[in-house]
Amino acid sequence: MRVELVKRKERSRKMALLSPLIAVGLTAIAAGIIFSISGHNPLSGLYKFFIEPLTQEWSFNATIAKATPLILIACGLSVCYLSNNWNIGAEGQFIVGALFGSALPILMPEFENAATLPLMMVFGMIGGALWALIPALLKTRFNTNEILTSLMLVYVASLLLDYLVRGPWRDPGGYNFPESALFSDAATLSTIPGTSISFAAPITLIVAIVLAVVLGKTLKGFEIRVMGESPRAGGFAGFSARKLTLFSFATAGALAGLAGTMEVSGALNQLLPTISPGYGFTAIIVAFLGRLNPFGIIVAGFVLALSYIGGEAVQSAMGVSNKIASVIQGLLLFFVLACDTLILYRVRFVGQRGSAGEASHV
Amino acid sequence: MAETVTTTGDANTGRQSRSGKDTLLDARGLTKRFGDILANDRVDLVINRGEIHALLGENGAGKSTLVKMFYGSLEPDGGEILWQGHRVDIGNPAAARDLGIGMVFQHFSLFEALSVVENIALALPNPGRMSDLSNRIQTVSRDYGLPLNPNDIVADLPVGIRQRIEIVRCLLQEPQLIIMDEPTSVLTPQEADLLFLTLERLAKEGCAVLYISHRLEEVKRICHHATILRHGQVVRECDPTKETPASLASMMVGADVASVSASSQKPVIGETRLALKNLSAKAATPFATALNNISLDLRAGEVVAIAGVAGNGQGELFDAISGEMPLAADMVVLDGKPCGNRNITWRRRQKAAFVPEERLGHGAVPGMKLSQNIVLTRHSTGDKLVNAAFVSTANAGKMEQRIKKTFDVRMSHDDPEARSLSGGNLQKFVVGRELDRKPGVLIVNQPTWGVDAGAAALIRQALIDLARSGSAVLVISQDLDEIFEIADRIAVISRGYLSEAEPTDNMNRERVGLLMAGGAEAQGEVA
Repeated sequence: MRVELVKRKERSRKMALLSPLIAVGLTAIAAGIIFSISGHNPLSGLYKFFIEPLTQEWSFNATIAKATPLILIACGLSVCYLSNNWNIGAEGQFIVGALFGSALPILMPEFENAATLPLMMVFGMIGGALWALIPALLKTRFNTNEILTSLMLVYVASLLLDYLVRGPWRDPGGYNFPESALFSDAATLSTIPGTSISFAAPITLIVAIVLAVVLGKTLKGFEIRVMGESPRAGGFAGFSARKLTLFSFATAGALAGLAGTMEVSGALNQLLPTISPGYGFTAIIVAFLGRLNPFGIIVAGFVLALSYIGGEAVQSAMGVSNKIASVIQGLLLFFVLACDTLILYRVRFVGQRGSAGEASHV
Repeated sequence: MAETVTTTGDANTGRQSRSGKDTLLDARGLTKRFGDILANDRVDLVINRGEIHALLGENGAGKSTLVKMFYGSLEPDGGEILWQGHRVDIGNPAAARDLGIGMVFQHFSLFEALSVVENIALALPNPGRMSDLSNRIQTVSRDYGLPLNPNDIVADLPVGIRQRIEIVRCLLQEPQLIIMDEPTSVLTPQEADLLFLTLERLAKEGCAVLYISHRLEEVKRICHHATILRHGQVVRECDPTKETPASLASMMVGADVASVSASSQKPVIGETRLALKNLSAKAATPFATALNNISLDLRAGEVVAIAGVAGNGQGELFDAISGEMPLAADMVVLDGKPCGNRNITWRRRQKAAFVPEERLGHGAVPGMKLSQNIVLTRHSTGDKLVNAAFVSTANAGKMEQRIKKTFDVRMSHDDPEARSLSGGNLQKFVVGRELDRKPGVLIVNQPTWGVDAGAAALIRQALIDLARSGSAVLVISQDLDEIFEIADRIAVISRGYLSEAEPTDNMNRERVGLLMAGGAEAQGEVA
């Protein structure tokens, strides 16, 4: 028997919705196998990883807190990926955004008023956008591969953060710990009254809705999709690939920078040598799992946030290394990309044929 | 399947008498299904030694599917293939070559950066030493009147020579059956004549040729037998020498093909709408063609055609006129306004419209619906498709309905993705999308490339009607029949030089052929 992929005439709408679900199912099976290989009951492992965090209020809130930056970054990345710009450096844009946003409370701690927080956010967006424009300009100017340059700049950004919190931006009264001073109240993003959910969550929701409208209904969204699918046709439509590369990188950088600023001003309240457990990279998975659609990204953001919380949960409850979270995230991306094949292809099983020759197409 | 003498219809009677001791390939009841589509439905075909056998049919009739089964790239779902009387299973192209079946593809499978001998060595199972192979290539190619220099780099060679490489590569394997898919579509008339001599010689030596072509004149001229496919079935077999191109066409289509009336109406020539002035551009890549001092005046009311063999700068010239390739301002003048440095959207707003050669991926986005593909070229031309940055899906849908109706675009369900349309239907859509605007200047590259006879007639007539209504139409085409059918004036492009556009009455095929083969270049250099 042989498995054949038969090309569909058009993309299957049903499969476009089903393929992420199939991918999640396959990931769960693979994760179960990993649990049982490492000597644990696969079912209780899966329960503790995927289900239990949702049953308790504190861990549910923690999931939202983790999902927020993932969703915000992934929304920006979706603009890049839809237009065929491979920005892998959101982690660096997140960090530089956090640095720009933190500059105000750290360098001018006495500047405390209603404008402080909005200004920090604007700075954060500018910082992220500028960092993202470096690979974009290199691409449009010199035709460099943006995958490499954007990724390399992540390490530059993280070393820059490390240098600042250990050197010039270290808290003078902080007993030489590598961290900045705590931000003032005016520079702190508060929680929604009566809950422990940060205002970052509703801001992210608004961004996702606006982006959904822009992508789905406007000429700009049309341009982004055309350029991603067929740059030559985009040129024929009169769209400029160069301008769109700059636009998409700047948008992704700005949103990652905003996420970085909200993370340091809300969750952490100061700069530390490490401010992100790899949000910028995990957001790549979120973007694809969410089908590059803002509403899908919201759902996917929760699934991936769960993997962080679940990783911690199985570590404390079962003694499994929390690296399991990275493994499961990787598996998920792998299955998502593999299942996407089903959107344009149909699987067909072909019975054995007399000749041994496999059909090779020339 | 049916191998007895029972006749199930007039289609079968021919086959029974044709199968004999000279039979090389005997296909019986070949069936191939793709999803819901029956691409080949119980096809019977007999090819005898020394025969040039034409396989005719409209696009989508199933010709390519059939030959792919002969060449082992597709596996039949039903029926059998007999090769010299024995049942064979052709599992892959290598097995086909072992049997003695060779194929020359419509789209060349050559590496441009490699030399002729290297390209041929890649395709042979045992190429041996390169110097020996070079000698063999020289001998065989000279013998068959297709001389080749084994050390030339493919990128430097014109398309006609590239095809020779494919043919010689095929001949080196000493095939008994050669399948050729539209071999003359890239040749000048003179080059095609040379090819016909080679084919006739091969046939005399006992080799069989299965010849796929849309050009019925040449089928009538060189083929001994023709099998006609329609909707995946063999509908007729005939002796093409006893038919006329018109009768062959109506057998293919299944009805009479409307003839295009070009010169019945004398054009009323108006003022110049589009002027190219000393248009020059460097080649953007090593494989592109540079444009050299091209000048042309396109006037209201006329159809001007640019003839030429593929790859002589047609694509580059189209991009220069459309604005996809920016130039100095005064090289392109639209209605008196210099616009060489303006983008395509600006030119569209000047009532210019463009139809590129490549339908999918250039003229249309494959994965987008037709209504979205209307927005692609008409978002800024005052068609109410975009209101305050928002795309009006409703208006795009209405336009899609209108174009579908006016230009008879056939689809399986409403507003499908562009990639699901057949070539001819998509071409009707892409041309219709621009004609629907009633443009002042229309530039079309290869308006009926790969389009079946019925659709081609409709498109050609629409182009003429547009010109007669006072617009200027520039057609870039490699199809001489088409050019003589619709053009008022003809220019020829060769290696990036354009000859002067002359009235069609002063031109004939021979003269166009000479210009194609380099005469345009000489004329352009003098000018």
